[in-house]
Amino acid sequence: MNRTITTAGALPADLPGIPSADQADPPVYDVTVVGAGVVGTAIARELARYRLRIALVEASDDIGNGTSKANTAILHTGFDAVPGSLEARLVREGQRRLLAYAAETGIPVERVGALLVAWDQEQLAALPALLAKAERNDHHAARILDAEELRAREPLLGPGALGALEIPDESIICPWTTPLAYATQAVRAGVHLHLNCRVRHIDSGVDIHTLSTSRGPLRTRHLINAAGLHADELDRELGHDAFTVTPRRGQLIVFDKLARDLVSHILLPVPTAAGKGVLVAPTVFGNVLLGPTAEELDDKTATGSTADGIALLRERGRRILPALLDEEVTAVYAGLRAATGQEDYRIQDHPDRRYIAVGGIRSTGLTASMAIAAHVVELLGASGLDLGVPSELPPVTMPNLGEAFPRPYQDAGLIAGDAAYGTIVCHCERVTAGEIRDALGATIPPHSRDGLSRRTRAGNGRCQGFYCGAAVRALFEEARP
Amino acid sequence: MIRRERTVDVLVVGGGPAGLGAGAELAASVAGRVEILEREQTAGGIPRHCLHGGFGGRTARGGLTGPAYARECVAAAERAGAVLRTGVTVTGWAGPLTVDTTAPTGLERITARAVVLATGARERPRSARLVPGTRPPGVYTTGELQQAVHLHRQRIGTRAVVIGDEPVSRAAADTLRVAGLDVVAMVTDRPPSGPLAPTRLRDRTPLLTHATVTGLTGRERLTGVALRHHDGRTTTLRCDTVVFTADWIPDHELARRGAVTLDPGTRGPAHDASYRTTGTGVFAVGNLLHGVERAGVASAEGRAAAVPVLRHLAGDAWPSDRPSLAVDAPLQWIAPNLVGPGGDIPLRGRFTLRTARRPASPLLVVRQGGRELHRQRLLLPAVPGRPFHLRADWLDRVDPHGPTVRIAMS
Repeated sequence: MNRTITTAGALPADLPGIPSADQADPPVYDVTVVGAGVVGTAIARELARYRLRIALVEASDDIGNGTSKANTAILHTGFDAVPGSLEARLVREGQRRLLAYAAETGIPVERVGALLVAWDQEQLAALPALLAKAERNDHHAARILDAEELRAREPLLGPGALGALEIPDESIICPWTTPLAYATQAVRAGVHLHLNCRVRHIDSGVDIHTLSTSRGPLRTRHLINAAGLHADELDRELGHDAFTVTPRRGQLIVFDKLARDLVSHILLPVPTAAGKGVLVAPTVFGNVLLGPTAEELDDKTATGSTADGIALLRERGRRILPALLDEEVTAVYAGLRAATGQEDYRIQDHPDRRYIAVGGIRSTGLTASMAIAAHVVELLGASGLDLGVPSELPPVTMPNLGEAFPRPYQDAGLIAGDAAYGTIVCHCERVTAGEIRDALGATIPPHSRDGLSRRTRAGNGRCQGFYCGAAVRALFEEARP
Repeated sequence: MIRRERTVDVLVVGGGPAGLGAGAELAASVAGRVEILEREQTAGGIPRHCLHGGFGGRTARGGLTGPAYARECVAAAERAGAVLRTGVTVTGWAGPLTVDTTAPTGLERITARAVVLATGARERPRSARLVPGTRPPGVYTTGELQQAVHLHRQRIGTRAVVIGDEPVSRAAADTLRVAGLDVVAMVTDRPPSGPLAPTRLRDRTPLLTHATVTGLTGRERLTGVALRHHDGRTTTLRCDTVVFTADWIPDHELARRGAVTLDPGTRGPAHDASYRTTGTGVFAVGNLLHGVERAGVASAEGRAAAVPVLRHLAGDAWPSDRPSLAVDAPLQWIAPNLVGPGGDIPLRGRFTLRTARRPASPLLVVRQGGRELHRQRLLLPAVPGRPFHLRADWLDRVDPHGPTVRIAMS
């Protein structure tokens, strides 16, 4: 199998797998996707079904390394989307697609259900309208719970919860395995992944876009902009001025696994005029998440947490689930959502320019990713690119990072076959030497310690490396060429 | 493929100084099998990566280095006949005295007549201390730093700041200097300990007191530590490495997942002077009980637990409904923190305590309900981050059916 991932140096002068006599000089990709987040990788995967020369270029050293790695990791039903919007349709369709894909590839998903908890009369009064909205979004499993039913489901809720809207199909998902599965499948199907490759300028000719990247020029006939926070800058390079991305920072606190038993559902706030509020949600890793904040910023790199943000989340969390605050904090992180000031996705195709902008994919992007990809490929087919006949993608099976499914340290058969799966390196997260070795040798290996953590959970636990940090770093550095 | 089921007489979880001490003493006196499980590849616990001297107490002239002390603890346990198994992780409970394990050799389910928890303590990492800012490489705890330098010879950086002013903080600074770093400052949020300026030298390094870490900066690499001083000034110390030291928390996951109650002060298992937790047949020793005491204290506790374990194996009844001991601020914790049945005296006849601040008055008062049981003037000042002690000769005055015994600074 021909797999191409480049991380440094000039971009390849010829396209491997294609006889050099057939290559234009310099080579031209049929389609280039800019941005290897959850949306870009999903699009590259969907395109990989066709006999096309495809490049996926990413400014950082890993896939899923921007907004995609720092979200609330919820697989939404879309019950509260604006009925009739593109987002509503793609979230609904994307949820179905991703659920099936997760089951097929081993991406951990837990259907824990969500409760929109009403803490005052205004919020309680808003529930029937939300129920009606869910119905209009074709979601018929939702129902309203009174205070007693709510208390029976979540006995440790703080005092004053008046009722809730229950959405049984809301689920939690692994935000890291999802884009990794997409990208792995895409690369195995022949997509070229170019990392550390920042697009600086674009010159659009009659037939060909020439991308000036930090690693030299890249030529492509069709261009798909999935650059997330930077999608507006790329759009302007092509002479458009359709939208502006305003980073909206969401800080999140991850509580210790010993907090997991405190809560069974995703506890969502009821959206009111005062804002969206913060949620409490279990994670597939067995932790509990509290957040996010919503801060409009100018700086697209401001992924730091702040004392005010942490204090605000703790104050809100104390109201929702008081016992949570007595637990240890395992991690605090912040992600930037790509807000565009419009309440819908900004997917715009320009067939004459052989260009599609996939902008304004907000917090629902993880859920909608596969449907966005299908939609974009459909637009591409309609814009004059002859896609040809799709073929089956090579199947992938992802290592399980979820607590609800068996992990290698619990698998006697696996350990009997290979003792490395019985050698626990990261004790808090119970990550074995076998899993670390596998990740380092995978189709898309990590190029940083953080990348290794996102693939294995190693070092992500309560001790944050007190016990295993040096050992994990040693394994990572040994595997580096 | 299934779990291999086995039984042992005593199972010790954790092969640091406390677990090895317990294993050594028990193996010498129990007729049956005493097994110590250590999840790391090498037993010895934290001393394995403490290259400084001073271990082994008065028995070793001049003191031993940590690794030498760790080897001595291992040798003593093995000499006594304890079975020490490394690379074996206890992953959970399958019954009150039954645990599941994972090892390269496979999965086991081990049932014991007594379980001794000796899982130690760790330093709170930056995230648990809620230090805001970016999340760049270059942020350590002492545990990770010492292993990186002494066990793996990894490159650390060039300029470091150490957060904390306790013995372990100075050990971290020493390790940094060994690794070739310039230690630009040590920082503590505590007030200066004497009538000195808030900045003074600690082993050639400025010690900044009354200073709070308000954030970390840097993206690809740490670039600085932002501080707020007591007078409101803010500064950023330029550095590529920061070590968060001390602020110990017992590694209590296994204890909590069993039927063991934690003490709210120590966050370790509540226990009496015989190291009995609230789970019948489950004992706890060492820094799991009180992050953190010196290795010698942990080891002594392990050895001292042997007699009560033997009494339990001989059929002694497990006490229940014992009054607990609790402290009032600024005291942080007391250990042991349950009153045992009659005649149960803690190690060396004294309780160990910690305080958050230097107390205004050095007078400790012990009360149960409205009744004063004891008062004692401390001869040495109680210092945050250091142990101090309360005599235990008033224990016979405790009403075993009475309310919580409270200890306060008068």
